[in-house]
Amino acid sequence: MSAPSAQSLGAAPRSGARLARLAGGKLVNAVVVLLGAATTAFVAQASLPGDRATVILNIRAGQAIRRTAAELAQINAEYGLNHPLIVQYFDYIRGLVTGNLGVSYQQYRPVAQIIAEQMGPTIVLSLTAIALSWVIMILWVTLTAGRSARVSALGSVVDTTAAGLPQYWLGIILLLVFALGLGWFPVISGNSIAGLLLPALTLAIPLAGFMGQATRAEFENSLEQPFVISARMRGMGDFEVRLRHVLRHSILPAVTLSGWGLGATLSGAVVVETVFSRSGIGQVLVTAVNSQDLPVVTGIVILIATLYVVANVLVDIAYVLIDPRLKAQ
Amino acid sequence: MTSLLTHNGILSPRRVTAVPLGLIASVATVVLFAIAVASPGLIATHGPFALHLQESLHAPSLTYWFGTDESGRDLYSRVVYGTSQSLLIGLGATGVSLSLAVLLGSIAALSNRFAAGVVNRVIEVLFSFPTLLLALLLVAILGPSILTQIFAVGIGTAPGYARIIRGQILSAKNSGYVEAAISLGHSRPRILRQHIIPNALRPLVAIIALSVGQSIVWASSLSFLGLGVAPPSPEWGALLDSGRAYITQAWWLTVIPGLVIVALALAATTLGKYIQKALERGER
Repeated sequence: MSAPSAQSLGAAPRSGARLARLAGGKLVNAVVVLLGAATTAFVAQASLPGDRATVILNIRAGQAIRRTAAELAQINAEYGLNHPLIVQYFDYIRGLVTGNLGVSYQQYRPVAQIIAEQMGPTIVLSLTAIALSWVIMILWVTLTAGRSARVSALGSVVDTTAAGLPQYWLGIILLLVFALGLGWFPVISGNSIAGLLLPALTLAIPLAGFMGQATRAEFENSLEQPFVISARMRGMGDFEVRLRHVLRHSILPAVTLSGWGLGATLSGAVVVETVFSRSGIGQVLVTAVNSQDLPVVTGIVILIATLYVVANVLVDIAYVLIDPRLKAQ
Repeated sequence: MTSLLTHNGILSPRRVTAVPLGLIASVATVVLFAIAVASPGLIATHGPFALHLQESLHAPSLTYWFGTDESGRDLYSRVVYGTSQSLLIGLGATGVSLSLAVLLGSIAALSNRFAAGVVNRVIEVLFSFPTLLLALLLVAILGPSILTQIFAVGIGTAPGYARIIRGQILSAKNSGYVEAAISLGHSRPRILRQHIIPNALRPLVAIIALSVGQSIVWASSLSFLGLGVAPPSPEWGALLDSGRAYITQAWWLTVIPGLVIVALALAATTLGKYIQKALERGER
């Protein structure tokens, strides 16, 4: 995700090999980050305080009592807890590669199955939120950036405020005003389409604020570039200049933030699904954290870290598509 | 809103010289919260746990400024008494977060290639977890408590700050004045002490202000999910969590504590940004 530099403009023509090397480097990077995430997840599971077999049994039963050796032996065998930690670690990594995220302490079921059942609504929510945040951000920045001092200042204050809004609070306000007050949307959104808009807006507004802050600076910079003057001289209208030329030159930071935004909206779903009583992995995660069901918690953590890594690879590709100069780099 | 209200094209042609109304509002907000921490009895109108069972779920009025909860406790007084705990979590988390960030950031920027490489990877791996997710992972291991909340939020926000501090140190290290100091034959500790540390850590003042605001928001998110300080504590997130059950009958129980958190976070952010700008002006 290196920023474009001036030197890249006059780069050598053998860009194919460079591009391949660049992609290879990114791939190695992605694998290292994923391995790190998996290791963190393993360490988290291993560092649960107390004897793990006892803890697992207590979580299952929902009460802390003394366990017999026979009971513990069965759990130890089931979760492979008799092996040395290093063996457990490699077993865990091997499992992850084949899509095995372990078995829930509480539900006796594979974590992958639990996540697969609940992932759909959360992904839909997340992607809708990112799309909405782009629409809001582009509209707001195009309308307010580089206008009179007052309008510009208002624009940037709104950006900052939106970026700082806690999701739970924004969600509650939207719920109170549009669902309970005006009755335009269902109060308990379930998984209906009508129920999707308010939760998605809750995630989208702060994200739009973040992206707006980054885009606005670039946007105002680009407005003063020679190509804008030349476009205006050709008789292009102000709005068209902004949309066709300035925007393209100023959205790179927002593209970067979208990759980050995927992680942010997926984890923000934890809060939003609670506010709007939506089902999804956010709800599963809260329940799992509450009952210390670590395989489920770490499974979701790994999933979101993986999606984050994939999103960042996509962001790098999008970079080259938006700014062809980077191909030569 | 700041510049909108104070910008005057004739009297103050440069925006920076305009009276920063936002700054005044932020300082006032911070002072108000400081009073609530130092002596809550001075500005509270009721006891934080005083029950008025006949007056339960009253809307905001002259007697109960922020309304009452399901047991008739005065929400305004509870918010005032909850300030110290909420701020304690925010400051504690900031302490944890920035200590970790300075440690990781300076190793990544200053140590030998191998150690820097390892620490850089650690920072990137931790950064790939969204803040709330990292915090939830810690809560899952340690179980909910106030101390967990401080560490969870502190560790959750640390990777982002570590990246900022690493960048600051690197840009100081690669600057002209450090190059000049090297060619003058100054020793490494001297360069570190005289040039790199002051220049790299100056923005820390601004980051602390930003971080306290953010930490309070993250910590209250955990409490809101029922994974932090539990009701009946008047900690702000706990107020939200208990108010959530009455959202259809009593909007003030969730909206007002949230507004208080937003006000403090915004004040802290505004202060942080102002300090940042002042520092940048000083550098020029």
